[in-house]
Amino acid sequence: MLRIDLDILQQWITPDSRVLDLGCGQGDLLRALSDKRQVEGYGLEIDPDNIATCIGKGVNVIEQDLNEGLSNFADDSFDTVVMTYSLQVLRRPDLMIDEMLRVGRECVVTFPNFGNIRTRCSLLFRGRMPVTKQLSHQWYDTPNIHFCTVRDFEDLCRQKAIRVLERSVVAERNPDTLLKGLWPNVFGTTAIYRLTR
Amino acid sequence: MSDSSAHLQSNHESTDDLSREPQRSVGLVAPEIYRFDQPLGLSCGRTLRSYELMVETYGQLNAAKSNAVLICHALSGDHHAAGYYSEDDKKPGWWDDYIGPGKPIDSDRFFIVCLNNLGGCDGSTGPRSIDPDTGKAWGKDFPPLRVRDWVSSQRELADRLGIEQWAVVIGGSLGGMNAMRWAVDCPERVRHCVVIASALKLTAQNIAFNEIARRAIRSDPDFHNGDFAEHGTVPRNGLALARMVGHVTYLSDALMGLRFGRELRSGSLQRGLESPVEFQVESYLQYQGEKFAESFDANTYILITKMLDYFDLARDYQDDPVRAFRQTQCKFLVLSFTSDWRFAPDRSREIVNALIAANRDVSSACIESDMGHDAFLLPNERYETALGTYMARVAEEC
Repeated sequence: MLRIDLDILQQWITPDSRVLDLGCGQGDLLRALSDKRQVEGYGLEIDPDNIATCIGKGVNVIEQDLNEGLSNFADDSFDTVVMTYSLQVLRRPDLMIDEMLRVGRECVVTFPNFGNIRTRCSLLFRGRMPVTKQLSHQWYDTPNIHFCTVRDFEDLCRQKAIRVLERSVVAERNPDTLLKGLWPNVFGTTAIYRLTR
Repeated sequence: MSDSSAHLQSNHESTDDLSREPQRSVGLVAPEIYRFDQPLGLSCGRTLRSYELMVETYGQLNAAKSNAVLICHALSGDHHAAGYYSEDDKKPGWWDDYIGPGKPIDSDRFFIVCLNNLGGCDGSTGPRSIDPDTGKAWGKDFPPLRVRDWVSSQRELADRLGIEQWAVVIGGSLGGMNAMRWAVDCPERVRHCVVIASALKLTAQNIAFNEIARRAIRSDPDFHNGDFAEHGTVPRNGLALARMVGHVTYLSDALMGLRFGRELRSGSLQRGLESPVEFQVESYLQYQGEKFAESFDANTYILITKMLDYFDLARDYQDDPVRAFRQTQCKFLVLSFTSDWRFAPDRSREIVNALIAANRDVSSACIESDMGHDAFLLPNERYETALGTYMARVAEEC
């Protein structure tokens, strides 16, 4: 996860609240939230090395495959359910969003924006599947099986009557950082949404 | 549940033979008997007027007395968890792969306590001990125990050792139940609880296997309804059969295939030959059964399998494990193994889910292993990393 995503995410989480982090990686977000905002919570992760790293940081980490759902968590048992950069690797991202909003009062999702200018150009001018810094895999070995754009995601939210509380897009370099406000779906590399029902 | 995996292990290709490195062993150890003359009230309503516990310790208790670790053994375990009894002792303690200098439960950093539990047959008061009221061995009349009786006797031991709070109470299988019972019954005395290959309660299948084992013992004519000591007999066949059944359930199909396959130990299956055939797996199981029957007490086996069957962490909390865990104040690590079908990963998930619902700190991992339930005793790189990382963090707080 990029530093800048982490900063935005932290600001969106209420201090002293309870957070579930889906695909928590090395536990950086939960560690930071616990240190700076007294947030308690759990991370779900399947990678053995990441799990060991989380344990070493004193982050609560549970080995659980997100594709098997969240049926072990009760309705409204968390203030916020967070998922950073995992939406696109799931078998059914739409069902996961429903589950996140069942388990949490709010959810925060970040994903790579496939509508970004660089991915568009890769396909348009080079005729190749985009390989960028965030999306560094080849088409055949990528874990990312469900890409979407900012616009696609907002369509899904509308269909599901999900309220977008906040939205932010992150761009990495100039002039994209200046233009992302005007055309988020073109210049944002990462999209961050705060959602509720 | 079993501690007899050394035979299996020594023939199995192990990537990380920690126990063979002398510098990573706790070295020579000696058990010590602690005698308690204060009566111990038991959950069955009876009272033990006095009792003894056989104890081994490794490492040094620090000045703040904050680095003590209690090791809880499983069904057939004892106080000898690590190290050797003599220079030519070939077999180290039952958890030697995980206890020692630089090992996950690091004797350079922790004061590690392991005891033979009450009702056992390795030196602590149990069916083989003399009942002071009759002057004869307790035998089958030893009071029935519950896991919470182990906790209360271990609490007396902690008091004796000057340990107000354990840094960690840790155990696998029945030992994991023992550790959870500590966390629920004495919340202020446990800082971390590590539960490995365990369960909130046994499943029907598990109770069924235990009953088969008990039946095997009871139907041995040498058992004499539990009074075999008076008759000068030992129900060897019953004990061996009980162990053989148990042992098969502690391994996995994959592991037995890998280790034994259909290899023959003797004889031939060639046509035209009429020689008796023995598969390697048969010989291995016979060996395990007989070795166990030599040392283990039949009444202890029945007593402790019943403790397992009766254990239900949530029974006193309206059958709700979440309520039970709300009593606790410690942090938890819960580990399970993919091929363990006696204490399956789903049982550990039930523990983890209840802890999350109770809003307790918990981490969990399901370790890839083809070793079945016995995996908790055997070398496994990922298991060592997960447990070692957790323990190292605890050591920093001590």
